[in-house]
Formats: sequence, C-alpha cells, structure tokens
Amino acid sequence: MPRMAKVIINGLLIGGTIVALFPLLWMLSVSFMQPSAASALPPPLLPAHATFYNYELLFLRAGVGSYLLNSLFVSTAITVLSLAINLMAGYAFAKLRFAGRQQLFKTVIGMLVIPAQVAMLPLFLMLKYIGLVNNYGGVIVPAMSTAFGIFLVRQYARGIPDELMEAARIDGAGEFRIFVQIVLPLLKPIMVTLAIFTFLTAWNDFMWPLIVLTGQGHYTLPLGLASLAREHATDTELMMAGSVVTVLPVLVLFLALQRYYLEGLLIGSVKG
Amino acid sequence: MIRHGAAWLFLAPAMVILGVFFLLPVIAALFLSLTDYDLYALADIHNLRFIALNNYIELLHRPLFWSALGHTLYFVAVGVPLSMLVSLGAALLLNSPLARCKPFFRTALFAPVVTTVVAVAVVWRYLFNTKYGLINVALSWVGIHPVDWLGDPHWAMPAIILFAVWKNFGYNMIIFLAGLQAIPVELYEAARIDGASFWQQFRHITLPMLGPTLLMVGILTVSGYFQLFAEPYVMTEGGPLESTTSVLYMMYDEGFKWWNMGSASAIAFLLFIIMFVVTVLMLRLGRRGEEA
Repeated sequence: MPRMAKVIINGLLIGGTIVALFPLLWMLSVSFMQPSAASALPPPLLPAHATFYNYELLFLRAGVGSYLLNSLFVSTAITVLSLAINLMAGYAFAKLRFAGRQQLFKTVIGMLVIPAQVAMLPLFLMLKYIGLVNNYGGVIVPAMSTAFGIFLVRQYARGIPDELMEAARIDGAGEFRIFVQIVLPLLKPIMVTLAIFTFLTAWNDFMWPLIVLTGQGHYTLPLGLASLAREHATDTELMMAGSVVTVLPVLVLFLALQRYYLEGLLIGSVKG
Repeated sequence: MIRHGAAWLFLAPAMVILGVFFLLPVIAALFLSLTDYDLYALADIHNLRFIALNNYIELLHRPLFWSALGHTLYFVAVGVPLSMLVSLGAALLLNSPLARCKPFFRTALFAPVVTTVVAVAVVWRYLFNTKYGLINVALSWVGIHPVDWLGDPHWAMPAIILFAVWKNFGYNMIIFLAGLQAIPVELYEAARIDGASFWQQFRHITLPMLGPTLLMVGILTVSGYFQLFAEPYVMTEGGPLESTTSVLYMMYDEGFKWWNMGSASAIAFLLFIIMFVVTVLMLRLGRRGEEA
C-alpha cells in the first residue's frame, strides 16, 4: 500500500511537472525551427534542422535588441530607485517614532486594497501634462515606491533590536549614518528579496507601459512582443524566439535567487 | 528617543511618490468619472463638463458593460476555484513524505509564475491553434475532435482560464505548502492511531488548520483574477464576438482607444466597488465558517 501511494504521488508530480514545463520547452524548441516548420502535421517536437535564423531576424530586423535594452533599463532603474525609497520608509515605519505613525501606516496598507488600474486614467493625464508620456520616466517614476515594498521592509526591520541603534545614537552617530552603517547591512536578505521581486514585476509589467509608452522607440519587451504578435501572427517560430528572449532573463534570475524570491512571497502573504 | 525630523526625512520620498502618483490619481479618478472628459476635453480643457452620475447610469444601460462584467465574473468564478484546487493538490503532493526530489518538483511547478504573461500567452496561442496546436493533437489521441479554442466564443474563455491556471497555480502552491508545513505532525499521528483514513485526516485536520490561509489566498486570488487584461489582449484581442472582453479590457478601449476618459474612470470605479464588495463578502463568509 505505501509503495502504491508512493508511485501515485511521484507519478502525479512528474505529470504536473511535464504540464508546467512543456509549453516552455516547446517554445525553446520551436524557436530553433526553420520558418513555418512548426506548422506541419503531425507538429514536430524538435527542430529537424536547428537554426538561429529567427533570433537573427528578431535582432537585426524586428528591433528586439532595443526592446531588450529598454526593458533592462526600465526594470533596473525601477529596482534601484524603489529599493532605496522603500527601504528608508519601511525602516522609518518599523523603528522610528513619530506622531501619526499608526495612521500613516494604515493608510499605506489601505492602498494595497485599491487596484492600480483605478489610478491609471488620471495618472496618464497628469504625466501627459508634465511631459512624461512616451518617456521612460512615465513607467519609472510612479513605480519608485510601492505600498507592498514598504510593508515587506517594515515587517522585516521590526526584528532589528533597538539597542543597536540606541548605542550608536549615544555615540553621537546621525540618523542617516545609523541607517547606512548599521541598519542596511542587517536588511540585506530583504533587500535581495525585494530587489528580485521588483525587477520581475517591472520586467513582466504590461498594462501600464502599454498605456504610457506610446511610441515603439520606448517599447519594453512585452510591448514589443505583443505588437509583433499582432503583425506576425502566423510566424510561429519567430514569435517563439521572441518569447524566449522575453522570458529567459527573468527565468534565469529566478533560478539563481529562488530562495529569496520564495521567502519574499511568504512574508508578503502569509504574515500579511 | 522621539525624532520626528529624521523619520519624516526617511519617509518623505516614499510618501511623495505614493501620494502624488497613486493616492492623488485615485481621488482624481472619482472626479473624472463625474465628468464627460473625452477627446474634445483632451484638446481643450474648457470642453469639460460636470455630468454627475451620467457616466455610471449610461454604463449600466450598455450591454457591453454587462457582458464584460459577465465574462470577468465567469473568469473569476471558474478560474479561482480551479486554480486553488490545483494549487492545493500540488502542495499536498509536495508535502507528502513519500514525494521524492521535492526541490526539483517545487521549482519546476513554480516556473510558470515568474514568466512574462505576454510571452507565455503568445506561446499558448499557438498551443491552442486549431490545426497545428499540440493541445488538439493530444486530444485527438483520445478521440476528441479539434476544438477551435480561441476562435469559438464558447471556448475562448475556457481556453484563457486553462492558460491562467497553468500560469498562476504555482504562486498559491507555495503559500499552501508553507501552511501545510505549519500543521503539527502530532495531529496526523494521533489521527492515524485512531484509524482515520486519508480523507478523514484531510477533512478534519488539514482543511480546518488551513482555513485562514485558504481564506486569505482566496481573497488575493479573486482580486488578481478580477484584473484580467493581458491574456485576452494577446490571445484573442477581446474576441471572438467580444466573448473575452473583460471589464479592464473595456476600460482600456474606452479610455485609451476612444479617449472617453470620464466613462473609463467610471468603469474602473465600478470594478473597484465590485471587488471591494466581493472581498467583504468573502471575509464575512470566512468568519462565519470559522465560528461554525
């Protein structure tokens, strides 16, 4: 009976893994097929004559290289800036005393309930007015702080013993020096977690960049891919290569740092 | 001990960003939804008029709004329970002491979560292809005739639901797994000594102990699924016959294709209200479930 259960459980896990990974592996395989090779009966699983032609076409003709650079730039900028801003705010909520701390933190938490789309229309008009529409700034600036990021840092920073900061204050250290020299090194794990979370979210984001980046020159990869998919609906192989270019960076990043990512996921939800 | 000045310096950048680029637009959206902001107002703000609740009243009389709401509710009502079932099932399998290679399975099952929606939606569009798509090929092995997944108004939404479940189930799986691991092993041991079957253990230990997690995951998943947009945008462009036009898809078209920003803001607010009511209802039901 236990042996039977073991076979069933591991069998189901293998089956689930195949379902989860098959679309990704198929995407990779088709991206190396020659044009229209995938549209045959029965559909081939592996390329008969592997080629980099689709990737060449993407980078040399379809301008995917610039989408890739745009994505890298926008996601990195959002990650670095929002990390600095959220770390400071999260630390202040966790460890500094000031009038109205409770109410202000409740307001920040309350923002988590409001779907971002509610803000999108006025935000677009506002950014248009200050000249940030069709500008990387239009994507970066509104993402420079998030209620979720502040919450995550605050939960983690609450575990820092007050004595550490008090001792430094008695020695005459300024608040900013305490933050940089004592607090930041202790926040390193949550920094990594928040950084990978933010980067992935920024990289994968679609709706807001679609609204605010109106010209192809500023397109990020998801936007470029969506527009290519409308033009080249029948070029399966080309589109799969485009999907690989879009997905691979975040997948590799996740595999390298998955421990931090999964930890952040749990702090962000279970303890919330 | 009390250092207001420093605290406000630390908080200022975050509060300015959240205040100016989130809170202010949310409040502005409420005002915008009470105006007839359209292409003419975009060109010259003097064309803007206050029209009170007219946008809302008009929306409630538009068949497209009701069908978009219907499609969204369909996506939520079928997609959320299905995805939670799959997540819970996967978590139970991963939590079983009999499972091998757990880290590998966990990572593999989670992988779709970190992928880019747009990219994998493009991939699934080809998997759903009527003639060359591998889903129909696999179905033909068991004798099922080809389904025009994305071209048939009856099948387009189920296809998007299948895709969404594949894409998202790993997220909740991780949360459920942590919840399962927090259940004391002694409970199961005691139950086994009393001769409780697997189902009895699941019903009387696992489910009650997982209750709060289930409620929280349910609420978060529902609010995520209400925000359906990228999937239909890439896979079906809201079609066929608008059968996959969600509320947000309609908001996007109304606001950024037709520039009816007033009416689009009203759509956004109605969606927010609906999501809020559903969340409160779920919390009420969950609390009653705990008392019972």
